[in-house]
Amino acid sequence: MLALSFSLCRKELAVGQVSITVNGAEHILELEPRELLVYVLRERLGLTGTNVGCDTSSCGACTVLLDGESVKSCTLLGVQVDGHEITTIEGLATNGTMHPVQEAFHEQHGLQCGYCTPGFIMAAVSLLDETPNPSEEEIRHALEGNLCRCTGYQNIVRAVQAAAGVEV
Amino acid sequence: MIPAPFDYEVAESVEHAVELLGSREDAKVLAGGHSLIPLLRLRFTRPALLVDIGRIDELRYVRDAGDKLAIGGMTRHHNVQHDPLVQEHCPVLSYAAGLIGDPQVRHRGTIGGSLAHADPAADFPAVLTALEAEVVIRGPEGERTVPVGEFVTGVFDTVLRPQDVLTEIRVPKLGPTGWSYLKFTRRAQDWATVGVTAIVRRSNGTVDSAAIALTNMAPKPVRAKAAEQALTTPNDIEAAAEASLEGTDPPSDTQGSADYRRHLARVLVRRALGEAISS
Ligand SMILES: Cc1cc2nc3c(=O)[nH]c(=O)nc-3n(C[C@H](O)[C@H](O)[C@H](O)COP(=O)(O)OP(=O)(O)OC[C@H]3O[C@@H](n4cnc5c(N)ncnc54)[C@H](O)[C@@H]3O)c2cc1C
Ligand code: FES
Ligand code: FES
Repeated sequence: MLALSFSLCRKELAVGQVSITVNGAEHILELEPRELLVYVLRERLGLTGTNVGCDTSSCGACTVLLDGESVKSCTLLGVQVDGHEITTIEGLATNGTMHPVQEAFHEQHGLQCGYCTPGFIMAAVSLLDETPNPSEEEIRHALEGNLCRCTGYQNIVRAVQAAAGVEV
Repeated sequence: MIPAPFDYEVAESVEHAVELLGSREDAKVLAGGHSLIPLLRLRFTRPALLVDIGRIDELRYVRDAGDKLAIGGMTRHHNVQHDPLVQEHCPVLSYAAGLIGDPQVRHRGTIGGSLAHADPAADFPAVLTALEAEVVIRGPEGERTVPVGEFVTGVFDTVLRPQDVLTEIRVPKLGPTGWSYLKFTRRAQDWATVGVTAIVRRSNGTVDSAAIALTNMAPKPVRAKAAEQALTTPNDIEAAAEASLEGTDPPSDTQGSADYRRHLARVLVRRALGEAISS
């Protein structure tokens, strides 16, 4: 038993330490290569705002930003983001003031149960960074990777329009 | 769902990747991970070692190579979609890239990974077949170049050997052509139930040449030669659509039966040719 755990231990150390900056704070972690980023965030760092909806790369509930771009954190290994920056829903507000996209979801009632919301907000932040003035069609196309089972999407699209400065 | 354990090594260069792939039985390349990680999670595949080529920055590029574009194997779908050279010289490739999955998938998935994975339902392999692209492969014995039409050998199967790395895709520049890519899906964000690429060159009311390739109509991309030959004037679209089924062997699955796919292929070839000819 001892020998076994020692070899497992060595195996993990062979991966080396991983340094990930999450919401501006650097974390040095020892990860097993198979650990998915979403579980690193939720279980190792306690950042449970990022949800797991499907675990099959379909629903987008686990969307976070990797160096500013939206990605599905259930489809990345923690070790792949060594040296990179992750932003989760917890990292959007500054000094207690909500991010404009968060504010818009709140104002436009872009949620019901809220389970999909962190993923939608991160996807929308990434969209508006790439395309600051998207058309309604562009917004719908850009949110194809996120599923909502409650709202019917209307208010979600409206919230993204509002965040983009469109009168809604 | 948690993958079974594996070891993980970061390749610093293509040579290093080839070396690492040779260091163990059952080692696998990890590129964008957007086909591989879902399979690992389901434990459909259990490699002993993943060799991550994601940090080899020199595999991410689009370059002008005379009458061709050279695209690095690790170029992400997002970059293929938005690259000005691709938009100018191969607009159908940029357009098809923008239909792959969703933005999150396009931020990670790579053109090399899409070809290497050789999913019959994937978009790039058929589009690149119509474009008559070539694939550059680096292995222990050096570099070789294979036409895309010979690269894919079957469902999830290619000429890649265990130590090979797909390093580049060379795509002929299109010049003045009409083009279309139509992808039929049951849901947004999905793989193609059937897809059709059409590229048409024409002059004075005749069609000089056409390239038509079908997605998900056989274990590998289908070049619809009979349809291409049937199309000598724009009036032949209907005949070409009928001829497009030659050489197909469509699957039956939850997305549609083989018969339904044959129907879709005819309709989509007709529409794609109409679009390509009028564009
Ligand atoms: C939700 C979702 C939706 C999707 N929708 C679509 C879609 O609509 N259309 C579509 O075409 N695809 C779709 N995909 C697949 C996506 O395009 C993948 O990114 C792509 O198929 C694989 O590329 P990758 O870089 O992620 O490769 P990986 O997943 O890293 O690798 C895939 C396979 O190829 C091998 N490999 C990868 N790169 C190389 C290389 N350079 N040399 C040698 N071997 C290599 C790996 O060993 C592995 O076996 C979707 C994926 C997801 C998760
Ligand atoms: S949990 Fe990642 S996409 Fe659904
Ligand atoms: S608000 Fe309930 S799933 Fe979107």
